Amino acid sequence: MSTTDVIEVPILTRVEGEGGVTIRVRQNTIENVQLRIYEPPRLFEALLCGRALEDTPDITARICGICPVAYQMSSVHALEAALGIQTTPQIRRLRRLLYCGEWIESHALHIHLLHAPDFFGAASGIELAQRFPQEITRGLQLKKHGNRLLEALGGRAIHPINVAVGGFYRLPRREELAGLIPDFEWGLEAAIAATRWVASFPFPELTQPYEFVSLSHPDEYPFNEGEIVSSQGLRVPVTEFDRHFVEVHVAHSTALQAVRHEQRTPYFVGPLARINLNRGQLSQTVQRLADEVGMESECRNPFRSIIARALELVQVYEEALDILRGYHPSGPSRMPYQPAAGQACAATEAPRGLLFHDYQIDDAGKIRQARIIPPTSQNQRQIEGDLTTYLSRNLQAKASREELASDCERLVRTYDPCISCSTHFLRVRWEEIP
Amino acid sequence: MARGRKPRLAVFKFASCDGCQLSLLDAEDELLAVCDLIEIAHFAEASSDLQPGPYDVALVEGSITTEEDAQRILKIRSNSRYLMTIGACATAGGIQALRQWGQIEEWVSRVYPSPEFIHTLATSTPIAAHVLVDFELHGCPVNHHQLVDVLVALAEGRRPRLPTHSVCLDCKRRGTVCHVVSRGIPCLGPVTQSGCGAICPAFDRGCYGCFGPSQPAQTVPLLSRFQALGHTTDRLVPLLRNFNAAAPAFQQAADELSELHGEPS
Repeated sequence: MSTTDVIEVPILTRVEGEGGVTIRVRQNTIENVQLRIYEPPRLFEALLCGRALEDTPDITARICGICPVAYQMSSVHALEAALGIQTTPQIRRLRRLLYCGEWIESHALHIHLLHAPDFFGAASGIELAQRFPQEITRGLQLKKHGNRLLEALGGRAIHPINVAVGGFYRLPRREELAGLIPDFEWGLEAAIAATRWVASFPFPELTQPYEFVSLSHPDEYPFNEGEIVSSQGLRVPVTEFDRHFVEVHVAHSTALQAVRHEQRTPYFVGPLARINLNRGQLSQTVQRLADEVGMESECRNPFRSIIARALELVQVYEEALDILRGYHPSGPSRMPYQPAAGQACAATEAPRGLLFHDYQIDDAGKIRQARIIPPTSQNQRQIEGDLTTYLSRNLQAKASREELASDCERLVRTYDPCISCSTHFLRVRWEEIP
Repeated sequence: MARGRKPRLAVFKFASCDGCQLSLLDAEDELLAVCDLIEIAHFAEASSDLQPGPYDVALVEGSITTEEDAQRILKIRSNSRYLMTIGACATAGGIQALRQWGQIEEWVSRVYPSPEFIHTLATSTPIAAHVLVDFELHGCPVNHHQLVDVLVALAEGRRPRLPTHSVCLDCKRRGTVCHVVSRGIPCLGPVTQSGCGAICPAFDRGCYGCFGPSQPAQTVPLLSRFQALGHTTDRLVPLLRNFNAAAPAFQQAADELSELHGEPS
């Protein structure tokens, strides 16, 4: 008999952007899984060409409403490298602070409203709030403080307006930032409590032989700079990205997928990768908390990413508080520069993982070429690999189709995929080939 | 709205960054209270419980850039009592509308190694170019306080009221010193719709028009002033051609400026 069975289940929800999964089953085994991204292409790399380089942070921010700061940071760092601009320690600290605001807003959103409902069979964070009113309200407060920080330093939470090539348009006044300190003191304790809460969730068993990839810096938890390191021993400067990673284009996606260059194997970026590769750079508070809640030194269960995200929430609340307390505006808000032809790349750690930008500029200061590799494109191949393993096992254990479809969505959600970034309408579709 | 039950809200996404619908989740203080007034019937970013229509209010984010999306918006319209667009993509085509000044095939092949896998239109059009829109909320992104105000107004059955003055007036109210007058830098505040809170001038930069043109938008005298201050067309045209490039007042102003200087529009 040669019939093809196609089962449609609802679109992948509680992720940023829209996409789908197609699962092909042959003789009761999973033959193939495709994460389908058919977000309409917006062609950012093309529309940047010919624009003044100063427009780049404002335009690339529009790739993603959840992590605009990440796009602003990778773009200004690459352009500054191309122009030979050195910023001041104060500008560097304020950029870390801005990134703290975005990680807080993004992680608190994902933990409480997008991911936590999966562990309790709830459809949304709003529904989960009926069962855990204090925890969800606390999560919303944590998120809010991240947004208030983005507003104080960036002008607004979504698409901040204060990031410039060379620094900031204006340094915040001391009182604009100092006013946030009481909320951040509360937030640090609240984030610790949120970590203990999520660590108590029931986690499905799944251990995968991942290659984790992130930035790493000897003195600090990685945000804006560092070398690219991996759990297989890779340690290279960001300028060598193309020697070790490559993007491939597959027909089922409007996003390009990245793989390791030589081996053509998938790799894993994001909070779990960062925490595994940078445990020693976490603060003492966070290291103790990680030990207390039983976070393994190299955790290979993607469902436990929510704990990694919560630990990072504590880390950035603590770092933000430190910067806020020590802030005294001095020096220039941004470094002057003359346009000059050049080419450079940079990578920073977006909430969802490594974000690589590469630009060529001409001698009039216009963009000649732009290349952007978002974290979700890098995780896409790994997500497909995970789905194949997990669904195969659950299929052997006689899970129903409905259960498998829901397992599929849950597993994809652990990655906090940002489909708008990678470019959208995700349907889980079954194709059975007998 | 119908009496005796909460209005049913649906949120739909087209070509966009997700930022405008995220604004609803960014209303942290009001979110749970808004859910008491309104039933969220379909909001894929926030809930797995996707209920079928008809809906009382559809919030639409994003622009139309594919044939499938041009069909999808027709279905959404027929399934919704009121349709409200949120943000610059849905109301004016967004930053991706810049493709109309380029060659779409060249643009696609510049981004994708296998352009044959990509199906996209040569235009990025606002929702109102396809279906009747009952209410438009401007901004890139929208202001979440305005979004909550509009939703509460709809739940209470009254017409939403939003200010229509320009960003320029908001600067005067905030006491921000005018950067055009004091530093001679170009600022679109006098021709841009209020709503952001005049944040760019408060951070020592000119407004870049992300809330789109105010009504009226006196672009001609403003652009003449910028030129008198020494700003050249090659800087002023891109200032108008960004997140609301295809909003008629900005599009016309930029096209006229580039034609005057012999550049192709």
